Amino acid sequence: MSQEQSTLSKEAYVEIKDLSFSRNDRSIFSDINLDIPQGKITAIMGPSGTGKTTLLRLIGGQLKPAQGAIRVDGQPINTLSRKELFIARRQMGMMFQANSLFTGMSVYENIAFPLRVHTNFNESMIRKLVLMKLEAVGLRGAADLMPNELSGGMSRRVALARAIVLDPKLMMYDEPFTGQDPISLGVLLKLIKELNDSLQMTTIIVSHDVVEVTQIADYIYVVGNSSVLGHGTTEEMQHNQSAEIKQFMHGLPDGPVPFQYPSQVSYQHDLLGED
Amino acid sequence: MITMLQRLGHVTLRFFEDLGYASLLFIRMILRRPRKIGTALRELIQQLFSVGVFSLPIIILAGIFIGLVVGLQGEHTLNQFGATSALGQLIALSVTRELGPVVTGLLFAGRACSALTAEIGLMKATEQLSSMEMMGVDPLGRILAPRFWAGIISMPLLVIIFDAFAIWGGYLISVKVLGVDSGVFWSNMQDGVSFHSDVLNGIYKAIVFGIVATWIAVYQGYVCVPTAEGIGRSTTRTVVYASLAILALDFILTALMMGGW
Repeated sequence: MSQEQSTLSKEAYVEIKDLSFSRNDRSIFSDINLDIPQGKITAIMGPSGTGKTTLLRLIGGQLKPAQGAIRVDGQPINTLSRKELFIARRQMGMMFQANSLFTGMSVYENIAFPLRVHTNFNESMIRKLVLMKLEAVGLRGAADLMPNELSGGMSRRVALARAIVLDPKLMMYDEPFTGQDPISLGVLLKLIKELNDSLQMTTIIVSHDVVEVTQIADYIYVVGNSSVLGHGTTEEMQHNQSAEIKQFMHGLPDGPVPFQYPSQVSYQHDLLGED
Repeated sequence: MITMLQRLGHVTLRFFEDLGYASLLFIRMILRRPRKIGTALRELIQQLFSVGVFSLPIIILAGIFIGLVVGLQGEHTLNQFGATSALGQLIALSVTRELGPVVTGLLFAGRACSALTAEIGLMKATEQLSSMEMMGVDPLGRILAPRFWAGIISMPLLVIIFDAFAIWGGYLISVKVLGVDSGVFWSNMQDGVSFHSDVLNGIYKAIVFGIVATWIAVYQGYVCVPTAEGIGRSTTRTVVYASLAILALDFILTALMMGGW
């Protein structure tokens, strides 16, 4: 493990060192360390409410940590100025859980948006690039539709096409599989894997869908209790004997993460009162 | 007692924190230079359309009704002194100095500013603002600034339109219904109304109201809690704060203008 860690560290595209972050006096992360290897698909997993999405927002510079350092491609994201941060983000793509398509624009315009803002391409070039990305996600025929005319799965694929239109070096997915039907799930899994391999990008997937994630992830981090509970290759994590990891990876209803939310008084007391 | 003091301190600190953040946002919107002039102009024109043009029907209708009411009330009072010839002057002065900017401001807060807050808030709730940030596009320049400038430009134009329709409404009731002589109505209005001290002062008020109301609207949208309830609260806050700010500023500006400003 230690040898692998050092190899990963050398090739890390995202490095997180001694990171602490809290919200409303509640500690979300306490002194966590993560290395996201370059060119691989890394999954950040963990039960709901453990701060997985917060971690993506910290990597994207949308949130600032209380302490610690976050480096993306060598750049200290948490200390960059607002202007430098916006420049650094041009190398990042992010697919949000809510799809976040611009509701006033057609599918075509949504995907053309980053190109129009960041490049000086003429309309013909923009059209070709947009259609290529739409073809890659299988939605060239939906170019003229408005976001409210798309199904959940289609919206997610459009969001994916928009996120990769500038060919980012780092692609982040926030719960990409939530609420998808089996066909959309299969399409998304295939797209994420193919895009990562063909565009040689570094991919981070935040998810709690163990079955789907283990099909494509090269490396897995499990977070919980404000810390990293464990990490390793997909195979290592599936055979990990730690009680917390085992409970999460195999979906056991009870274990270190209790089935019952902690209560101040006993069940008997709640039902029967003092007597 | 200590709890009360603590709460008071917390509220005060929170107020100044909000004010500081809103001021920073204001300065950024004012000083921001667009990277692509063509795109910025297109965005501004789109927002002028949705903020200004969509407010026109309500402004025109309100203008006509205000003109009709002021005409009726004015005639009723002036008739007691045999001074109905001054009706044109009364209507024009009331409308250009006070009613035009204030009523337009209040309607603008209720119609356009509430829509701005709700739109920006919903964009926040559906992560459209976050995704824009992650694309390396600052929502401040792309979403907030065009709406802010559209509000500032729209308000004085809406006030001019309101004034015109209110005077026309006053003319209808005074001349066509109550029988005031048309020549007397218009000539007294021309004699009694100064372009600089009456009409322009109303326009200056409109610009100030436009800045404050739109600033409140975009700020409330930008900082709203991204839930259905949060957007609702922010929208209500926009209408309440903007309306109160307009009425308070109207008093301050009127006092300044009457003091010879």
